[in-house]
Amino acid sequence: MRAIFLCGLLLSLLLTGCSSDQDSGAYNRGIYLLIDTSGTYTNELNKAQQIINYTLAKLNSGDTFVVASIDTASFSEKDIISKITFDDRPSKANQQKRIFKEKIDQYVKQVKSSRYTDITGGILQATEFLNERNSQTKTILIFSDLKEELKEGYIRDIPFTLQGFDVVALNVTKLRSDNIDPREYMDRLAEWSRRVEEGGGQWKVINDLERLDKLVQ
Amino acid sequence: MNIPASFLIVSNSPLLSLLLWFVLISALFYMARKPAHDAIISASRILFHAFRLGGASLVLAAKRLKVRNKEVLLAEGKVASERIIEREFERVNAAVTKDLSTFPALQRSISETVTEIDEDYHKSAEVPPVPPGWAKALEPIATISTADNSMVAEVLKSIKVTLDKGQEKALAEYRTSSKERHAWLKKMVPNLRQIEKGLSEANLCIKNLLERSSTIDRHMDEFEQINKGSNMVEQKLSSSSLTQFFISGFVLAIAIGGAIINFNLIARPMQEMVGGSVHMLGFRVADIAALVIILVEVSMGLFLMESLRITRLFPVIGALEDKVRFRMVIVSFVFLFLLASIESGLAYMRELLSQDDAALVAGLLGDVANNPVEMSGRWITMAAQMGMGFVLPFALTFVAIPLESFIHSLRTVLGVVFVGFLYLSAGLLRLLGNISRYSGKSLVNIYDLVIFLPLWVERTIVARNSIGVETGVAAENMTAFDSNSSKEQNYSKASTKKRMSRKVITKKTVKKGDDSSLTQTQEVLS
Repeated sequence: MRAIFLCGLLLSLLLTGCSSDQDSGAYNRGIYLLIDTSGTYTNELNKAQQIINYTLAKLNSGDTFVVASIDTASFSEKDIISKITFDDRPSKANQQKRIFKEKIDQYVKQVKSSRYTDITGGILQATEFLNERNSQTKTILIFSDLKEELKEGYIRDIPFTLQGFDVVALNVTKLRSDNIDPREYMDRLAEWSRRVEEGGGQWKVINDLERLDKLVQ
Repeated sequence: MNIPASFLIVSNSPLLSLLLWFVLISALFYMARKPAHDAIISASRILFHAFRLGGASLVLAAKRLKVRNKEVLLAEGKVASERIIEREFERVNAAVTKDLSTFPALQRSISETVTEIDEDYHKSAEVPPVPPGWAKALEPIATISTADNSMVAEVLKSIKVTLDKGQEKALAEYRTSSKERHAWLKKMVPNLRQIEKGLSEANLCIKNLLERSSTIDRHMDEFEQINKGSNMVEQKLSSSSLTQFFISGFVLAIAIGGAIINFNLIARPMQEMVGGSVHMLGFRVADIAALVIILVEVSMGLFLMESLRITRLFPVIGALEDKVRFRMVIVSFVFLFLLASIESGLAYMRELLSQDDAALVAGLLGDVANNPVEMSGRWITMAAQMGMGFVLPFALTFVAIPLESFIHSLRTVLGVVFVGFLYLSAGLLRLLGNISRYSGKSLVNIYDLVIFLPLWVERTIVARNSIGVETGVAAENMTAFDSNSSKEQNYSKASTKKRMSRKVITKKTVKKGDDSSLTQTQEVLS
C-alpha cells in the first residue's frame, strides 16, 4: 500500500515536472514600452531612459522587456528598438541588462523625431507581441502625451483586445492647447481610458516619475 | 402592513381578512391538535434519543481512546525505561571492562608486594644474639678470691678485657643488624603505600558500581511500576510527555528558524544552477532545489544520529551490525560534509551575485549612495556567509533529537486532546438532546397558545356540560336515593355473594390446572 502511494506521488511529481516546462512562461512578466518620438516630445527622452533603467533594475530572469518607438506607422516590428527575454541565470541576466542599457543610450543619442504619432498602431503591435510571449502579467507602458496624429490613409479606429493587459500612460505632458482648454487634456485621457477598458484592459496614468515603484508589480 | 390581494378574503378589508385567516388557521390547528402534538413530541423524542445515543457513543469512544492512550503511554514509558536501564548496564559494562579488567594485575601486584613485604619482614626480624657458652664456665672462676693470688687477678683481668671486647663487638654487630632491619622496614613503606593506593582504586570502582546498581534498582522499580500500569505512573509519564512536547516543539521552532536562514543563503545562487524562471507547482524550481538540499541535509543528520544510536526513529538502522552501522556513520558524515561544502560555495556565489546586482542597480539608477559599504569590508560578510553555509548543516543534524521527542510526545498530546474533544462533543450532544426534548414541550405549549381561542371555547363548553350533567344526576339520585337504599343493601349483599362464588370458582379451576376450564371460568366471569 505504501509502495503504491510512493509510486503515485513520484508519478504525479514527474507529471507536474514535465508540465511545468510547458507553462513556465506563465510565471514571467512581459513589459512593452512605447516611446513617443514625435515633434518636441523627443526632448523628454531622458525621462524615458530613467524609466527604462528603473524597469531593468526591477525585472528578473525569464521576464521580457521590449522598447519600441511611436512614429508615423508604429504597427511594425521595425519600430522595436530593443527587446530581450532575460536568461534563467541571474548573472547572465545582469549582463543582458547592461547591453540593453547601452543600446537604449545609443538610440537616444541618434533619435530623429517623426511627423506623426501612431499610438494605436504601437498598442496593437505590443498586444500582438506580448500575446505571443504568453507572459503571466502583460504591461504596456506608453511614454507619450497621448495626442495621436495619423498620416492620411492610415486606419486606426480599431477596437483593442486587451484582456489581462495593464496599460500605463507615463509622463502625459500637457500641450499648449491643453493649457488654454484643460478639457482637451481630460478628454484625451478619458478617451484612451475608455478605449483600453472597452478592450478589457486596466488603465493607469503615472505622471509623477517619483512614483515608479507602482510601475512594475 | 400590506397584504397581498390573493390573501384578502374580504375585499377592501384587510383587518377582517386577517381575522378570518386567524380563525381559519386556529380551527385547522385545533382540529389537528392531537396528531400535531404527537408529531412534535415524537420528533423531539427521536432527536433527544439520537443525541443521547451519539453522546453515549462518544463517551464510549473517549473511554476506549483513553485506555489506548494509556497503553501507548505505558509502552513508550517502558521503552524509555528499557533504554535507560540498557544505558546503565552499558555504563556498568564499560566500568567493569575498564576498571575491573585491571583487577588481576592489581591483585598480582598486591600479592607480589605482600610477598616482598613478607620477605622484608622476615629479614627485618631481630635475631637475638647467642649468649656465649663459656659465660657460665666463668662464674666459678669469678668467685675465686683475688686477694691471695695476683696471678688469678691478672687472669681475671684479662678475662674481663676479653669479655669487654666481646661485648663491644656484639654491640657493634647488633647495631649493624638493627640498621639493616630498619633499612628493610623502610623499604616496606612504599610497598604498603602501593597496596593502599591499589585498594583505594578498587574501593572507588566498587563504589561506582554500587552507585550504578542503585540507579539501576531505581529504574527497575520504575519499570516494574510501568509494567503494573498504575495510575500514578500514567500521570507521571503523561506530564513528562507534555513537557517533552513543549520543549522539543520550542527547539524545533528554533531549528526551523535556522533552516529558513539556510534556505535564504542558498536559494538565490541556486537560480544559477537550475534557472530562475522555471516553476513547478506554483513554486520556483530554484527554491524547491534549495529546500530539497536542506531536507537532504536534515535526513543525513537523522541517519547519522540513528547510526550513532543517539536517536531511535528507524529501528532497522539500530538493529544493524556494528560494522555496518559504523560504515553508515562514515557515509552519512561524508555526505553531510559534502553538502556543507556545497552550501558554503553557494553562499560565496550569493555574495558575488549580490555584489553584481548592487553594481548593476548603481549603474542603472546612477545611485552610488545606495552602496555606501566599502568593498574592502566585503570579505567579512562573505566569510560570515560561507561559515554559516558550512556550519548550519551540521547544526541541523541535531534536529533529530528534538524531532524524536516531538514525534513520541505528539502521539500522547494528540490522544489527550482528542479525548478532551470527544468528551466535549459528548457533552454538547447531551445538551442538544436536552434542548430538543424541552423544545418539543415548548412547541406543544406554543401550539396551544396559537389556538388558545378554540381551546378556551372547548373548556367552557366542557365545563358547562359537566355542571349540567352533575346537577341532573344529583336530582335523580336524590329521588331515587330512598327507594334504592334498601335495594342497595340487598345488591351489596348479592354482590358480596357473587364475589365469594367467583373466588371459589377460580380456586377450583386453578387446582384443576386445566386451561380450557380456565377460559370457561373467564367467560363465566365476564
